[in-house]
Amino acid sequence: MKKLVVFLTVILMMDLALAQTLEVCKTCPISSIKAALAKAKDFDTIVVKKGTYREHNVVVDKPLTIIGKNYPVIDGENKGEIITIVSDNVTVDGLHIMNVGTSYTEDYAAVRVQRSKNFLIQNLVLERLFFGIYIERSSDGKILNNKIIGDAVEEYNSGNGIQLWYSKNVEIEDNIVQHVRDGIYLEFSDFCTIKNNLSSLNVRYGLHFMFSNDDVYQDNEFSNNGAGVAVMFSKRIKMYNNLFKDNWGSASYGMLLKEINDAEIIGNTFQDNTIGINIEGSNRIIYKRNNFSNNGWAIKVRGACYENSFTENNFLYNSFDMAYNSNVNDNTFDRNYWSNYTGYDLNKNGIGDIPFRPVKLFSYIVNRTPETIILLRSMFIDIIDFSEKVSPVFTPDDLLDNNPLMKKVTW
Amino acid sequence: MLKILKYSFYDLMRSRWSYVYFAFYLLLGIVLLFLNNDLSKAVITLMNVIIILVPLIGTIFGVMYYYNNKEFTELLLAQPLKRSSIFLGQYLGVAISLSMSLILGLGLPFVFYGLFESSAIWDFSLLLITGTFLTLIFTALAFNIALSNENKIKGFGYAILLWLFLGVIYDGIFLMVLIGFEDYPLDKVSLIGTMLNPIDLSRTLILLKLDISALLGYTGAIFKQFFGTNYGLIVSFIALSLWVILPVLRMTITSKKKDF
Repeated sequence: MKKLVVFLTVILMMDLALAQTLEVCKTCPISSIKAALAKAKDFDTIVVKKGTYREHNVVVDKPLTIIGKNYPVIDGENKGEIITIVSDNVTVDGLHIMNVGTSYTEDYAAVRVQRSKNFLIQNLVLERLFFGIYIERSSDGKILNNKIIGDAVEEYNSGNGIQLWYSKNVEIEDNIVQHVRDGIYLEFSDFCTIKNNLSSLNVRYGLHFMFSNDDVYQDNEFSNNGAGVAVMFSKRIKMYNNLFKDNWGSASYGMLLKEINDAEIIGNTFQDNTIGINIEGSNRIIYKRNNFSNNGWAIKVRGACYENSFTENNFLYNSFDMAYNSNVNDNTFDRNYWSNYTGYDLNKNGIGDIPFRPVKLFSYIVNRTPETIILLRSMFIDIIDFSEKVSPVFTPDDLLDNNPLMKKVTW
Repeated sequence: MLKILKYSFYDLMRSRWSYVYFAFYLLLGIVLLFLNNDLSKAVITLMNVIIILVPLIGTIFGVMYYYNNKEFTELLLAQPLKRSSIFLGQYLGVAISLSMSLILGLGLPFVFYGLFESSAIWDFSLLLITGTFLTLIFTALAFNIALSNENKIKGFGYAILLWLFLGVIYDGIFLMVLIGFEDYPLDKVSLIGTMLNPIDLSRTLILLKLDISALLGYTGAIFKQFFGTNYGLIVSFIALSLWVILPVLRMTITSKKKDF
């Protein structure tokens, strides 16, 4: 055993001794990254000094570490893709990459990882881009601390900040993504972790899931995006402690759930969105300890949603707590706090003595005829809401919270 | 006219009802602010009060004042005074004293609360402006009703009915129309429908300043586009002014022709 350790150490030492560092700068013998790549051997380190390098189609086909000192600028001059990684164990760190070419036939990216493992992409600054970081059929990588600022205006001619396609086990942490089409986009990507990112001011979604299972996203902030966050056709997604705010607009929501099963939505805050969560065809989802405050609609249920449970959430000052478009209800509501609750608590156990009905008649009417929203807070509406509350006709009569809390839930 | 206005105004200022009205708003303002601790929430509650109570009090007070002062009015009519100035003076006396009770009653607690340092000042001023408009409109309507009905009971009945119609029934009909024609584009209809009722118009104006997140849904966008801009604001105020001017015009014309 001891011999083996010594042997391995020696191998490692040799390896380190063999691995050399190549410097790239304007006045060095190696003045371009492409030249450095051509000269480098496996496991070498390329240090790029400060300066501007006009290069595109840089292909990294060996396990290398590329480190930028003081953020050297790599200018793609809008000619196409800039860095393409096709080897395992590549690290890219501290570069300022700009001017990725826009194309309508190919998805040019600032950094693309293709069929590789163990990549590490960190501390990059990306500007004027089409696609930012594009991970394709790769796994076990990390994307950390990058700042991606696009200039997208329209959906059709812009790309996504961070895109994962058929990739597994990727960690995306502490990134800032702004002004692109979708901030972070996952398609067919499983077991990924998305943590502490800020995704805002994007043209379409802050975060977008398609056909991706078993992913976790937590502690992220999604604000001022065109349409919030969309989670579609995915299973077993865990969403913890995220902040969704200010997603305002004619077709905007904090979060869109479509065909999502067995997800957990815990500890999130939905604030000042037109629609907090829009749910469609989603089953067995646990909503727990979320804050819904000052939204137009806190939750809008579009149909085909079964066996979802809403417990210990706070519904604070939303114009509508819930909109529901069918008469059938199979979802459970229990121990939530509703600021619109007007009941009493005679036995002082903190639970209201009469059940709360989250769906008002008016929200049903608005669902049917959207223009009626103009009668919001009219006295006539208060009267019909009251009569519906007393004897439900249009709204599902079993949709109620039997144990509404008298005080806000704190955790 | 100014003399009659002054007389009516001082007369009302001395009356108990103005003080009750003033005290009510003062109390409401204080309770809302100091128990609620949230200025914008207080403004929303106030809006509910204003769009219901202000028209009611305006109509009742207007009708009551006209019938109570009938003998004095007949005395004035015997003097060499223009008829329009007699009625206009009385109308303005009532409307201004009511508006003053409203503005002072709500304004004082808010000023003490520190309104001038708060961002809610614009919402609050809009609230007071629409409140004043509603007072002017409903007092004028009340004077019209009283002028056309010699019978006090009938006059009161019509006044209450008018308030009920504009405050509640109108919205019911409006809702039925919107639902009945839901297959057609309704944006313009709902805008016009709102414009035609001063209570709805005031409510929408205030709501768009406060509660816009819900209104910004995909249909809300068109309302926001209209009411949220300066153009919409100006058009709304013109509509409100028309609601004041037309009843006042009718009042002066009927008073000229009327045989006392």
